[in-house]
Amino acid sequence: MAYSEKEILDGLAEIIDEIAGVPAAEVTPEKSFVDDLDIDSLSMVEIAVAAQDKFGVEIPDDQLKDLKTVQDVINYIQK
Amino acid sequence: MSNREVVVTGLGASSPLGGDVATTWSALLEGRSGITSLPEEWHEKLPVHFAGLLAEEPSEKLERHRLRRLDRTQQLALITAREAWDDAGSPEVDPLRLGVVMSSGIGGILTTLHQYDIFREKGWKRVSPFTVPMLMPNSPAAAVALEFTARAGAHAAVSACASSAEAIADGINMIRSGRADVVIAGGCEAAIHPLNIAAFAAMRALSTRNDDPQGASRPFDVNRDGFVMGEGAATLILESAEHAAARGARVYAVAAGAGYTCDAYDIVQPDPVGAGASRAISAAIADAGLSPSDIAHINAHATSTPAGDVPETVAIRSALGDSAADAVAVTSTKSMTGHLLGGAGALESVATVLALYHGVVPATINVEEIDPGVVVDVVVDKPRELPSSAVAALNNSFGFGGHNIALAFRRP
Repeated sequence: MAYSEKEILDGLAEIIDEIAGVPAAEVTPEKSFVDDLDIDSLSMVEIAVAAQDKFGVEIPDDQLKDLKTVQDVINYIQK
Repeated sequence: MSNREVVVTGLGASSPLGGDVATTWSALLEGRSGITSLPEEWHEKLPVHFAGLLAEEPSEKLERHRLRRLDRTQQLALITAREAWDDAGSPEVDPLRLGVVMSSGIGGILTTLHQYDIFREKGWKRVSPFTVPMLMPNSPAAAVALEFTARAGAHAAVSACASSAEAIADGINMIRSGRADVVIAGGCEAAIHPLNIAAFAAMRALSTRNDDPQGASRPFDVNRDGFVMGEGAATLILESAEHAAARGARVYAVAAGAGYTCDAYDIVQPDPVGAGASRAISAAIADAGLSPSDIAHINAHATSTPAGDVPETVAIRSALGDSAADAVAVTSTKSMTGHLLGGAGALESVATVLALYHGVVPATINVEEIDPGVVVDVVVDKPRELPSSAVAALNNSFGFGGHNIALAFRRP
């Protein structure tokens, strides 16, 4: 099933709010997880697992480290 | 820098009686029991149907995303540390001069058990990446150090039910030795789970008075049949007297001294003559530079087990000598809170400090017929005022493994 960019962004924002306490409105495509959203590496692991459950796309650990921004994750899930 | 005087400038607590120090202390003076029923669905599998559950859930005070990455012990450590820090007037202190000693007796066992359930049901990828930093026994100390940027050292003394008393003892010595000017010291426990109830029940350590849960914790009473598990935490802000004086801080009490001993008698049974406990009491009095006759009040460990309560009174009498022992007002606040295990020593230190500060000792509830073996004066029925001449008070804490800690507090 293909998701629109908007659907993925909204889904990610919800996950990031739940896991890291970042308000959904602050989760925009250009944001860097580490530098802008202050999300640490263990939280990224949780976010990746939650995203997998939501969108059915597995993000392997070696790919996860290259996903720096919200847009990177959206692109990965859409691909 | 050695042998500096250490004072108590802030208190925090979250207990079965209340979510903070004020509500907990007023319930202790009212003689209210904090013991309530365990979830109905647990009853069928367990011989014990009650415990001292928290009066206020940590979710009332911590944000949702923080709750999910903190074990309940860490949540309680943070909440009580924040209260104590605010109560102390948020001291300005160099991070390199701020220490933490925060204990739990069991550690993050609720996380361990919950994540094991997830592992069995869903596999390793669904196990939280925060499992390790939540279950490790130093996790409450580390969480508090992170929250308050405490860089002088963060420690977690572990000695079962004496753990948080040992934390306070270590905190006093951390300041005395010159390693820190301010120490956030205390302890926490959150282990109410069917497995843990079963494990303590298997030792025959717990009361099974299911027809009267609020009467189950009855230290010193002849019909006591075991302790009541509780959960909760407490924190004290310890500070060098110079540091507190320089900022004009309110001083509750001097954290005057500590005594540490080990029974080396049995892995769980207390020494029937209380020799190790007696040595700890004497050591605390000596460490504090006090005399036995200075001790006006003792908050006893007395958990309501048949084996433990009487030997403790024998230990008090042998350590103080007859005339001083006759004059001391002994109480067990566990009659109201249940036994907070690794949180007990800290919560009872808060009670001991407040008894000295306010000049009143809470009564031990549920004492209907005192055990004839009890050889000290137990405060029952109603709180007892301390004489204005009262100098000092002790808090005893003992743990499985034979650990004995006595703490001495005196009026400033």
